Amino acid sequence: MGYPHPSHPRETPVLSKYFGDAAARTLTGWQARGGYETLREALATDPVEVQNVVKDSGLRGRGGAGFPTGVKWSFMKPDGKTHYLCINADESEPGTFKDRELMRWTPHQLVEGTAIAAHAIYAETAYIYIRGEYTEPIARVSEAVREAYAAGILGANAMGSGKRVDVHVHKGAGAYICGEETALMNSLEGRRGNPRIKPPFPAVAGLFAKPTTINNVETVCAATHVLRNGAEWYKSLSNPANPKSTGTKLFSVCGNVARPGNYEVGMGFSMKEFLWDLCGGPPAGRTFKAIIPGGSSVPILTPEECEGAVMDYEGIQAAGSLLGSGGVICFDDSQDMVRQIARLARFYAHESCAQCTQCREGTAWTTKILERIRDGQGTMKDLDTLLEIADNMTGKTICVLSDSCATPVVSGLKKFRHEFEARIPKNRSSVMIPAFSPAAA
Amino acid sequence: MSLHAMAPHGHDQHADHRPVFTGARRAELDELLTRYPTKMAALLPALWMLQQDRGWVSPDGMAEVARELDLTPAYVKGVVTFYTMYHQHPVGRHFVQVCTTTPCNVCGAEDVVNAFLRETKCGELGVTSPDGRFTVIEVECLGACGFATPVMVNDAMIECVSVDAVKDLLAGLD
Repeated sequence: MGYPHPSHPRETPVLSKYFGDAAARTLTGWQARGGYETLREALATDPVEVQNVVKDSGLRGRGGAGFPTGVKWSFMKPDGKTHYLCINADESEPGTFKDRELMRWTPHQLVEGTAIAAHAIYAETAYIYIRGEYTEPIARVSEAVREAYAAGILGANAMGSGKRVDVHVHKGAGAYICGEETALMNSLEGRRGNPRIKPPFPAVAGLFAKPTTINNVETVCAATHVLRNGAEWYKSLSNPANPKSTGTKLFSVCGNVARPGNYEVGMGFSMKEFLWDLCGGPPAGRTFKAIIPGGSSVPILTPEECEGAVMDYEGIQAAGSLLGSGGVICFDDSQDMVRQIARLARFYAHESCAQCTQCREGTAWTTKILERIRDGQGTMKDLDTLLEIADNMTGKTICVLSDSCATPVVSGLKKFRHEFEARIPKNRSSVMIPAFSPAAA
Repeated sequence: MSLHAMAPHGHDQHADHRPVFTGARRAELDELLTRYPTKMAALLPALWMLQQDRGWVSPDGMAEVARELDLTPAYVKGVVTFYTMYHQHPVGRHFVQVCTTTPCNVCGAEDVVNAFLRETKCGELGVTSPDGRFTVIEVECLGACGFATPVMVNDAMIECVSVDAVKDLLAGLD
């Protein structure tokens, strides 16, 4: 539902059904709403069968990459090794706050999904890595875990199944990059959150060098509903014209918009109707100037590009951007795009782990140049330099933080170039300073 | 020369350091260690305990954590400096974090952070107010973008803080 606003009739509240319902937070409240029955059934089902139902449903990872969840689970084989599950609750992508509400309102939904996913990948231990700033979600999920242990839902004999399922909450300490799955594993191991070079992929050697699966909060919550109601039901929630994007998706909407909040709609929803009908359009008296549809790391769209777009993985890609994490950031006509793109670049410069040269140097220089353009100190050549740096930052590093910084710069320069040019003093052009030569001096 | 004397400044525990991991904290750490296959994995949680009890992550505290987890003090410091939430210096009684990343920025978050700097008399980001009550910082995305501007005061998250609300919010803090 459109929390904190009442549910819109065109929403499909599945995961968000109990947002705002404080009674759903407790174990008894969750059980009264049918909670943990799906886990009971799953524990009695062969993991391969669980994987297959999720595969059939078409559910794809909701953290941003969109990898098919059932396929990811099927990489984990009953090889007798210790397996781990990591739940990525490090939600740090600017514009995204869906996992926050899932954890605040329905912590047991996450615990149940986590236990099911652990069973599906032959893991006995799962860690829920929650970003340190999420103090309330940490408290809610920790309490849900405590209740679940006390009731025998978790532990050595989970729900009397004879299977061990341990779930631990692990608190992050402030680092955007720890939402990158290999950085998350390093952080959990007590290291600096530097991303790892792949291969080896986590399914081969992940957490503590053991086969590991990393799933987003929303993904495992959705998987529970898939198992409860079946793959066909899940597919029926989305636009049948596109079988590649199924089920519902939570979109977080923020920035200059009449009704910011979390909205859950079937995949394939019209972006125009979403922005204007569900979210109420731009603030009164304003018009939209730009929309970032999938968290700050994806290309910026113009309102015209959004109008015909449908909200699923393929639809947003066809419009020129990405679905990403589903964080929709709105900019109205009062916004200065140079200033806002410079602010975004500063975010990435602040969050770079500094491991790769292209990212460490590129994010900092991009910010420096954008800020001098913002302050009226730029040159026309700076615009070319920005694109050149962006090119050197794309596809050349261990993780995609570097690419994520380049993306809004490139799309912003392409779509709002006039705003950048207007900031450059008319008479200013690059001046070549001859190299200093000691011999000539 | 004893090993103690050779240890670089801040890398060993001073005689007046009150150990954190005693009593209930000791039990908590011992329980925590059962959750992971390595001692090192308890580093972030152990540092959280240290900061909760002492208000910041002091060099002596880091040395104690290092000893508890069979790590070197330099390693612990290397990890501490990676993360933004561990205070490497004492901070004001109320640590105020104002989100100014793009989604909040477009909703006027910079005016909110300036109001905090003015009303707390901190004047500058990261500088503690003369009365020791406040330290104000800008924070990158608090993950509450639909509730601009979100502000954290110690562990409490306050949503939808406007410039006009800052004075009253501060008046409610000791």
